[in-house]
Amino acid sequence: MDFNLTEEQLMIRQAAKDYAERELIKDVLERDAKGEFPWQHAKNLAELGFFGMMIDPKYGGGGMDTLSYILAIEEFSKIDAAMAVVISVHNSLVSYGVEKYGTEEQKEKYLPVLASGSRIGAFLLSEPEAGSDASYQKTTAEDKGDHYLLNGTKNWISNAGSGSVYIVMAHTHPELGHKGINAFIVEKEWAGISLAPHEDKMGLRSSDTHSVMFTDVKVPRENRIGADGFGFKYAMKMLEGGRMGIAAQATGIAAGAFERSLQYAQERKAFGKPIIEHQAIAFKLADMAVKLEAARNFVYKAAWLKDTGQPYGQASSMAKLYCADAAMEITTEAVQIHGGYGYVKEYHVERLMREAKVTQIYEGTSEIQRIVIARGLVR
Amino acid sequence: MKILICLSNVPDTTTKIKFTGDNTQFDAAGVQWIINPWDELALTRALEIKETSGTTIEKVTVLTVGKADTEPTLRKALAIGADDAVRIDAEPKDAYQVAAQITGFVKEQPYDIILCGIESSDYNGSTVGGMLAEFLDSPSVSSVSGLFLENGQIRLNREIDGGQEVLETMIPFVAIVQKGIAKEPRIPSMRGIMMARSKPLTVKPAVAADELTGFTAFELPPPHAKCKMIDAENVGELVKVFRNELKII
Repeated sequence: MDFNLTEEQLMIRQAAKDYAERELIKDVLERDAKGEFPWQHAKNLAELGFFGMMIDPKYGGGGMDTLSYILAIEEFSKIDAAMAVVISVHNSLVSYGVEKYGTEEQKEKYLPVLASGSRIGAFLLSEPEAGSDASYQKTTAEDKGDHYLLNGTKNWISNAGSGSVYIVMAHTHPELGHKGINAFIVEKEWAGISLAPHEDKMGLRSSDTHSVMFTDVKVPRENRIGADGFGFKYAMKMLEGGRMGIAAQATGIAAGAFERSLQYAQERKAFGKPIIEHQAIAFKLADMAVKLEAARNFVYKAAWLKDTGQPYGQASSMAKLYCADAAMEITTEAVQIHGGYGYVKEYHVERLMREAKVTQIYEGTSEIQRIVIARGLVR
Repeated sequence: MKILICLSNVPDTTTKIKFTGDNTQFDAAGVQWIINPWDELALTRALEIKETSGTTIEKVTVLTVGKADTEPTLRKALAIGADDAVRIDAEPKDAYQVAAQITGFVKEQPYDIILCGIESSDYNGSTVGGMLAEFLDSPSVSSVSGLFLENGQIRLNREIDGGQEVLETMIPFVAIVQKGIAKEPRIPSMRGIMMARSKPLTVKPAVAADELTGFTAFELPPPHAKCKMIDAENVGELVKVFRNELKII
């Protein structure tokens, strides 16, 4: 087994790290407090090519592998998991799907604007009554011949306000159950689309999350992705990749909290010596390091499976389940190691703890991951 | 016009410095190598000039004197935007030997503007740029914090105590640059990283030039002394510490 990263992967990781440490850190606390979308950072990162990392260069992307993308998400998440999720949703839930399953016309129309970041992507699956049970879609796409008529409401949509290329799942044939669902590329500017106010969240506060309402939105037939009824399968395929992005985000959150704790424990003194020399703290850091290493191995392996053309759904779910739990545990211990300082915003670890929580919830809760993994075992 | 940037391959500035062989050799195990920070700023400024001067600058070349393990650093410079790279296949020993290697290359392929960082962040010799200019019989300007190309004319700014000097120079010349030459180093774009492999990286044989100096031993600074807090009112205690512990009075 070769665990060495390539020269390009090392450069990409360093580029993401440099940007995070030089730029994202400057206003991450302020954006967290105000819940402001990182527009300027999104523009800068788009210019550096992070929005089109994996898209084929013929559509303006970087043509990079999944592991490169995972490394970048991890580095951004160490400092700013909100910026990371903007890029993660855009790359793995939207751009990847259009490239993998879209028609040539769809690719030519949407991939260049997604690759350049001039349009940000959003993935609209969850509904007020359809979260974990994604097949229970109430949004409908009535077949009108040359177009579909979209009606319904989507919930918890990351990038809904900043984004303008939506991938929307909706029922065309409710009588067929999940086999009646279609996926559509929808542009936010089309008539009949409205947004609820930005959700006031526990963490990832500067990523914009909204409910989106569709009222008689005309979607051209050519904007349907895949054959009639392919939507549910498509959504599940997208989530397989998306979960890897969230696993990388969770790993980055955990790594950020761990690195800060390791440094703090060497500087902070109690009873006449650095607290890392107290076994109670040293053992915590040892356990955190072990979990972090395992998390990285889980997510890098899932990326490697995808890059080498092997099935990766099971590995992706395992990675997301493990990395999300590791992030929650490591960030909680990080706050504990920091003591009172950990409980105030200036030291970042309380924010990382708040950000870790959602990784156990979105793109499939930890409970859903267990269902996916268990089904995979008996298949 | 062509610009040459002389790059040093140096340990990351956060590296914990250790020595082996009874303190005679730097321990490179586990070290992450980077472009010398001043050289990276020089590269950034060269690219800015190239981008804003139309077609005046034909190319920006980066060069290092080093073995094959320095190539990732050169490729990073290509990813940042240099047009081509040259590695002179010699283990760098001292400033004389390095300057002689660069001289050999520049005499074969002349450049109009040669930029060297004011020092390398590892050995801090601050000598290669000046020697190179001397060997090439070129003008050299040290401590340059501003480099401008206007209507084919070069203008250089130098920081001096309490102010700034503005100079002109004939071309070709060597500028030894310091902080301020560019705002901050560039982060390579994804496209730049992918293109780096397809840009030319030429390996040149070393010219005959032996080092004139050599290291006999390195010594790490003593660990930081512990901080002792003395109450502001307790001058007697302070004097005692000065006299008995620090022995400075």
